Amino acid sequence: MAIAKVLGIETEYGIAGGPDHDPITASSVIVNAYAQQGRTRINWDFDSETPDMDARGRVDLTSFAPVVETHLANTVLTNGARLYVDHAHPEYSSPECRSPLEATLYDVAGEEVMRRALEVANQSLERHHAITLYKNNSDGKGNSYGTHENYLVRRDVDFSDLVRAMVPHLISRQLFIGAGKVGSETEWAGNEAPEFQLSSRAEFFEEVVGLETTLKRPIVNTRDEPHSDAERFRRLHVIIGDANMSQFATFVKLGSTALLLGALEEFGASVFPESPHRPIHALRVFTQDPTLRASAEDLDGHTRSAWDYQDELWYLARRFVEATAGQAVAEPDEVSLIMTQWREMLDGVRDNLDAVADRVDWVAKYRVVQGFRDRHDLSATDAKLRAIDLQYHDLRSERSLAQRVGLRTLFDDDAVREAVHNPPTTTRAYFRGQCVARYPDEIISANWDSVVFDVGVGPLQRVPMLDPLRGTQSLTQELLETSATAADLLAALDR
Amino acid sequence: MSEQERIHKRTGERTAPEATDVNVDATKGDQLKADLDDLLDEIDEVLEENAEEFVRNYVQKGGQ
Repeated sequence: MAIAKVLGIETEYGIAGGPDHDPITASSVIVNAYAQQGRTRINWDFDSETPDMDARGRVDLTSFAPVVETHLANTVLTNGARLYVDHAHPEYSSPECRSPLEATLYDVAGEEVMRRALEVANQSLERHHAITLYKNNSDGKGNSYGTHENYLVRRDVDFSDLVRAMVPHLISRQLFIGAGKVGSETEWAGNEAPEFQLSSRAEFFEEVVGLETTLKRPIVNTRDEPHSDAERFRRLHVIIGDANMSQFATFVKLGSTALLLGALEEFGASVFPESPHRPIHALRVFTQDPTLRASAEDLDGHTRSAWDYQDELWYLARRFVEATAGQAVAEPDEVSLIMTQWREMLDGVRDNLDAVADRVDWVAKYRVVQGFRDRHDLSATDAKLRAIDLQYHDLRSERSLAQRVGLRTLFDDDAVREAVHNPPTTTRAYFRGQCVARYPDEIISANWDSVVFDVGVGPLQRVPMLDPLRGTQSLTQELLETSATAADLLAALDR
Repeated sequence: MSEQERIHKRTGERTAPEATDVNVDATKGDQLKADLDDLLDEIDEVLEENAEEFVRNYVQKGGQ
């Protein structure tokens, strides 16, 4: 049986400017600017971080495990999210959400957090040190940074089945979730460098399965760090995906992937289409071809285009919805919105690009790049086209092209504002966010699966939250409202 | 805020022709072209002036 698809997105933002033009300093300025505006500066607790645990059951000594940086700015927000400096980028990790629509809202809230941080930071910086932020995945020079999705999966799903089931989706979903890219920036493109790619991130992937995230990036990441009860849960950490400006694209990205994970738990891996014989090759062939004609061969000699894969996977998701109402993923109305939007995007990218230019990022970007190129009679490699590409992702309203291309939105300003401050109500993020809001001075640190209190007397006290579906509003609101202090809360929890 | 209102208006204009059944394709095609022309005018205005330098100066350290 499929379990609740608790999910979220973490995004590393591109950053330019700042004092000394140092990205780490600039990223710290951004995180601290936001934290100082807020009510608290609560630290992240690294005790339960094990990023080098491998889901294949052993530590892969040939891989470089991610380095956890404890000295950089790191904070927990009242909406349950984490805002911090990762490598040389400011990163927003959304709180745990209970449905794709909710996770999309909290991703959009992350953009708003970054926008506010940017505004505050730039007020204190000299004009020539002003910082700019981009919600994108590369600098056009071969340096990439990630937008990662996380999904709760049953622990007893065999990892090899997870790989077998998910590779076809992860290499073909770029059809509707690709953010688009002018040109290419890695060596593999060689002589036949594409003028435009569906995905900005695809060309950085070199392996099918692996532990790494910064070198030799794999389609399926094996990081086995469930941030929950490891006996019952896995966290599938999806590192192959573009940062979307389109809210609909983010929504269908999360929705389609969550439904297919549900289908895997419900029906097993055998119902999924066979992966291409050479998945990395297929990924690259698909991203290079905006005409969508390219296809790839599987071991049995069948060839499929990215569209064929997505069509097959859409029917598989529908079978899952018919069998279970898609309950593990969302309420019926939302499940139905995922399915209709996914279908419309799929048919649109094949039959009528204009019909989905208001929802599919690569189509919106492609349209203005082509239009601009024709109008000014430019070559495919003109810097202006790359500037359009970069500026599409600019977070500043006065520069953002994504805000100008007519993308449809899912949420109004009030809903986003609400999500900037308040946590989701049906996961443990509620408890975390509420504790941060109510007892900021008594919390020493927090992380995904615990909150650590210092009430002034006795030892520090850690409140574990190993089940992502506990700590919800219905379970803890009364407790929180009747606990005036953290000491009251801890005493009540002890009872 | 005016940004959002404008976008909604644009979206509304675009979908309106779909509701009529007279000469749908031609109307819709013209409308899309007009929309794109307006958009390209706007991009001419907001695009960074020195594109070459803007693109060259955007250098990131790799992340995850």
